Amino acid sequence: MTAPLHETSAGEATATVDGAPDAPGTPDKSGSGGKAIEGRSPWKIAWTRLKRDKLALAGAFVVIFLILVAIFAPVIVGLLGHPPDEFHEDQIDPLFGTPIGSWGGINGDFLLGVEPVNGRDVFSRIVYGARISLLVAFLAAVFAVFLGTILGIIAGYFGGWIDAALSRVMDVMLAFPQLLFTIALVSVLPNELLGLDGSGVRIAALVLVIGFFGWPYVGRIVRGQTLSLRNREYVEAAQSLGAGRFYILRRELLPNLIAPITVYATLMIPTNILTEAALSFLGAGVKPPTASWGQMLSTAITTYESDPLFMVIPGLAIFITVLAFNLFGDGVRDALDPKGSR
Amino acid sequence: MLKSSQRRIAAGALLAAATMVVTTACGGGGDKDGGKDSAGAAGFNAGVNKVANASDKKGGELKFIGSQEADNWDPQRGYYGFVWDFARYYTRQLVTFKAAPGTASTELVPDLATDAGKVSADGLTYTFTLKDGITWEDGKPITSKDIKYGIERIWAQDVISGGPIYLQQVLDPKGEYKGPYKDTSADKLGLKAIETPDDKTIIFKLPVANGDFLQMLAMPAASPVRQDKDTKAQYGLKPFSSGPYKWQSYTPNKSIKLVRNDKWDAKTDTVRKALPDSISVTFTTNADDMDNRLVEGEYDLDLNATGVGAAARQKVLQQHKGNVDNPQTGFIRYAVFPQTVIPNIECRKAIIYAADSKSLQTARGGPQAGGDIAPNMLPPGIKGADPQADPYGKLAGTPDLAKAKDALKKCGKPNGFKTTIAVRNNKKIEIATAESLQQSLKAVGIDAQIDQFDGAQTSGIIGSPKVVKEKGYGIIIMGWGADFPTGQGFLQPLVDGRFILQSGNNNFAELNDKAINGLFDQALKETDPAKAGELYKQINTKVSEAAVYLPFTNEKNIIWRSSRLTNVYTADAYNGRYDYASLGVVK
Repeated sequence: MTAPLHETSAGEATATVDGAPDAPGTPDKSGSGGKAIEGRSPWKIAWTRLKRDKLALAGAFVVIFLILVAIFAPVIVGLLGHPPDEFHEDQIDPLFGTPIGSWGGINGDFLLGVEPVNGRDVFSRIVYGARISLLVAFLAAVFAVFLGTILGIIAGYFGGWIDAALSRVMDVMLAFPQLLFTIALVSVLPNELLGLDGSGVRIAALVLVIGFFGWPYVGRIVRGQTLSLRNREYVEAAQSLGAGRFYILRRELLPNLIAPITVYATLMIPTNILTEAALSFLGAGVKPPTASWGQMLSTAITTYESDPLFMVIPGLAIFITVLAFNLFGDGVRDALDPKGSR
Repeated sequence: MLKSSQRRIAAGALLAAATMVVTTACGGGGDKDGGKDSAGAAGFNAGVNKVANASDKKGGELKFIGSQEADNWDPQRGYYGFVWDFARYYTRQLVTFKAAPGTASTELVPDLATDAGKVSADGLTYTFTLKDGITWEDGKPITSKDIKYGIERIWAQDVISGGPIYLQQVLDPKGEYKGPYKDTSADKLGLKAIETPDDKTIIFKLPVANGDFLQMLAMPAASPVRQDKDTKAQYGLKPFSSGPYKWQSYTPNKSIKLVRNDKWDAKTDTVRKALPDSISVTFTTNADDMDNRLVEGEYDLDLNATGVGAAARQKVLQQHKGNVDNPQTGFIRYAVFPQTVIPNIECRKAIIYAADSKSLQTARGGPQAGGDIAPNMLPPGIKGADPQADPYGKLAGTPDLAKAKDALKKCGKPNGFKTTIAVRNNKKIEIATAESLQQSLKAVGIDAQIDQFDGAQTSGIIGSPKVVKEKGYGIIIMGWGADFPTGQGFLQPLVDGRFILQSGNNNFAELNDKAINGLFDQALKETDPAKAGELYKQINTKVSEAAVYLPFTNEKNIIWRSSRLTNVYTADAYNGRYDYASLGVVK
């Protein structure tokens, strides 16, 4: 487990070092600008590359669309749906608990049908579910990147026993049974904590747990990257000019780490979405009646034979979201790291 | 590492979506055709309150399938309802439940004994005389000492744990006897409360009268066990038979095979029909697969009889309705309000009035799979039950918001209050009822948070009054069925204040009403079931008045009856399961 991780992250690091900070072909003259095309920063080059990647752009559009949907959920549901927690038992056959209408009760009033047993509007719950999925995934990624960058850069720059200690902590974290830990943690969480109540506590817990178990992945990359950067000439130059450690970390190393960190953060989001869905599926997610995609999938299991559409819809929501983020993330990586293997 | 794993996730998601689309296609197509009953099906509810396919023909193999193995087939250790039903194939008791459909099955009739016992005027002494011709599977007669030894095994909880301990509590409330394995007397029959003056007579001496003593003697735990055949903890692997069938082979979690016990004399047994030549049980871990194999006719019935699963329910009810029975299980599903958390009775009444019974019933599975709306806390079939007693108007099915708001005003919280609903996290249906309750309470301003606790930790969480108070569980969602079908068996653990425990508590409301406790004392002394029933009715009324329970449904089950089965009827005495001892397979 540990060995291949080391190998790949090290390979990753060198590949990005060569390409990211400078334009191709000018590895050592940082900041002096390209010779052939003047005035183009690495970010501009990356943007040009990204624009040419049709799949990545499609992913980006879907991602933006989903974010807008999540932000404007109340407006969308107000126009096209019913309140997500409202029961519509008139839409349900009381004998079987399944929607009366065919295709999961889809009609002009309920765009994606109704939930079995209680008749809640599936469309509204999908829209509100996007909020939970994206909120948890984004915040957890931010948290993981924040922790991972700080601890990774410290480990890489200072080396010695600090590096050894932090690296062992990362090893332990990577071997930790995250799902089991989360399920256990959630079951002992109180209902109200630090002014949050109901689903607020759960969302905070999900963000912290998913983020906390995600930072070593970022930490390893940042550490490897820092290790190879700290002996570069420009760092030595800064040192000889009397720059302090903090200045070097902030002004010399961090800017060169932003590219790999950006790539990792974009690719971490879909993983987080899946983790959130899995936890909700297992009952460790947000509390009912708050809608979440994983929870909808879990509810759908009992009626998958009589109302399969109720399983397909949240499944597709998760699928499309994860796919879009992955395509976009892959595109960002290719743009920032053209030498990386495809 | 990044890239490949990400791609794998994307591929996995794609595969999942594709699978779901395929499932849709199959499911959508399959549901539309059909609509006919299987040939020879006796009709919907043909086995409820009447006998379907009555027949006395012998022969054939009765094939059970189950998704849940017994806790133990040792008669003294089994506590699952289906074990008690199945145990009658290989055990006999002094008295047992009558072989009759529905409520009539709760009547007790003599089995090994010649009559239902002679009770002394003070209700403290029960004397039984054994029938002639009752034998073990090796032909030796069953003696009163075998019965006493069998009952003594209940005390040996250190060696053979599990099983009901009512007899131990009633005969030896101080716990003086240490069980047959630690018994110092030569014949290991040291229990003083049971006397066996000769092989045909057995006398029980109770320190305190208990009107339900015969109910306890009807449990398999009161079956005889012969000392020389007692293999202690291993006994459940091959119990020595006193009934019409004996164990031929048994592989735990896989299969059981019983064959006729030719030493059993039908003339001595008025209850067991013993129609099939052999009985087999197959265990599977996949309940949905089990339902499908039952429908296909591979097996005759579900051993556990916990009801057709939600996945197959619609198919079964639409296409094979004639093979379905829909009996009462004797369980009530309910919400209970711990008084330590919601002390004001008017606030509790507000919850009861605001609840939408129809919605709760739908959440439980509807009128067939869920059951009828329950207006009070005694299920039909128990003496003293009154299915029409409806003090809070719940049978109407709609919430009474005016009365709920009125109650809130009286409680001093006209705008509602906050509370928490505790629900087991492993019971989807209970979570659905919690959401329904939450939704209807919102209408009067009661803000109920749902807290899902670990269903495996029930006795330590909601079973602990201290934890309930700390967590602020104002509403607990649970269900309850009786070990024996009387007011004592059903209600006493739930509402008698002396049954409040610090762990494993079932009186979640912590109801401790002197009048109710006193009525239980009276009812327990009453040996006439009808008179005791009147007392339980009074208790039930008082429980309703205390407004600590919101019953949802008198639970019903949808159980599969194969077209092969004969002499089929559901028995209230066995929670709506079929009376296994009467079943046959040849028409």
